[in-house]
Amino acid sequence: MHEPRKAVALISGGLDSMLAARLIRNQGIHVEGINFFTGFCVEGHTHAIRRGHNDKPKRNNALWSAEQVGIKLHIIDVIDEYKDVVINPKHGYGTHLNPCLDCKGFMVRKAREWMEQHDFDFIITGEVLGQRPMSQRRDTMPVVARESGAFDRLLRPLCAKLLPPTLPEREGWVDREQLLDFNGRNRKPQMALAAQFGFSEYAQPAGGCCFLTDGNYTRRLGDLWTHRGDKRYELDDILLLKIGRHLRPRPHFKLIVAREQGETNFLNGYRRDFTHLYATSHSGPIALVEGEAGEADLKLAARITARFGQGRSADRVVVEVHPRNRDAYSVEVAPLPADEIPESWYL
Amino acid sequence: MRGRATADDQTERASVSHYELDARRLLCPLPVIRTQNRVRDMVPGDTLEVICTDPGALYDIPAWCRMYGHEVIDTRQTPDEVRITLRIGTDTEPA
Repeated sequence: MHEPRKAVALISGGLDSMLAARLIRNQGIHVEGINFFTGFCVEGHTHAIRRGHNDKPKRNNALWSAEQVGIKLHIIDVIDEYKDVVINPKHGYGTHLNPCLDCKGFMVRKAREWMEQHDFDFIITGEVLGQRPMSQRRDTMPVVARESGAFDRLLRPLCAKLLPPTLPEREGWVDREQLLDFNGRNRKPQMALAAQFGFSEYAQPAGGCCFLTDGNYTRRLGDLWTHRGDKRYELDDILLLKIGRHLRPRPHFKLIVAREQGETNFLNGYRRDFTHLYATSHSGPIALVEGEAGEADLKLAARITARFGQGRSADRVVVEVHPRNRDAYSVEVAPLPADEIPESWYL
Repeated sequence: MRGRATADDQTERASVSHYELDARRLLCPLPVIRTQNRVRDMVPGDTLEVICTDPGALYDIPAWCRMYGHEVIDTRQTPDEVRITLRIGTDTEPA
């Protein structure tokens, strides 16, 4: 008896990759999922940190969707390797700092390497022709197949009928007739297929699972690069960009101010690495200082920190300042009135 | 690539072992990735207690265990931490 052919499915946690994996599994192919953690995945981080987000499920959608499909999922940390994709995208950025075409090529290449190491036969993705403006166009889909080295071992089951037959189709490993011809941004066909497969709950929206497509987030990332003088980052940098209010009152320093208790708890974990402040006469958030702040800067930072706490209307607030590598001290300040914080300080 | 420990390895060992994994401050899916990597060096019957601050681990680690046939034998949650203890299975296929 022949062993079933094996496919590795890129699982993002969205509906499309879930449907693609199920379609191929239904053809008797052994499917396992792979998910790459870049650090930019939206994936519940802010929901996990912010206590007010109790209405959102605090779960990893890729794991959850793989379980719905009935396949194993391998989650792979690609944080370091992915930096080059973000910093030097060969095909450029989309509307924000989203290197979608390079990203897709990178992920399919990593999946191809995994496929070869684990003796799998082909790769499947949930891509739909015409759905995304950079990576899912008729002219860019072959670029992904070519630059990843996957070539015709890359099968897109949701739109395969609109594309030339791939190796798994030509060899009869999968029946092309049972593949689909989804096209464009209309989500109704996906929703109908989800209903047919009994998927009543799934993450939305497809393709919206990356912070690099978020204008607010990428403005902060651009600010980080500008003020560092080069395009580099560590995981903690990009996690911190997701959390709190970010204000840059002076070019040489910025403040990250927690917005609620969950964020304060999270930022507390960074106290040893940053100069930080918090009010002691009133309850309020912790604020981290990134950059080189002098005494006058720290006084301004204390006034801003006081402004976001319960003492915002008080005449004076006592703020404890913990400079990095120096002894802590207290300072009594007048909270900075809201109308003295220019909009341009907010990142 | 490093192979996963097998049942044969276990018979060569006097007893199963208990391990701890500190995944505090890590956000989803890093606790799962660290668990996945740690379990590769363990054998069936070993137990692993994963300590996390991301409450999402309460969903994610059990989901990952179900896929791989590991058994969650205890979960505890305090306001600041979750602790999940799992017993290593034999890498069975998911249902």
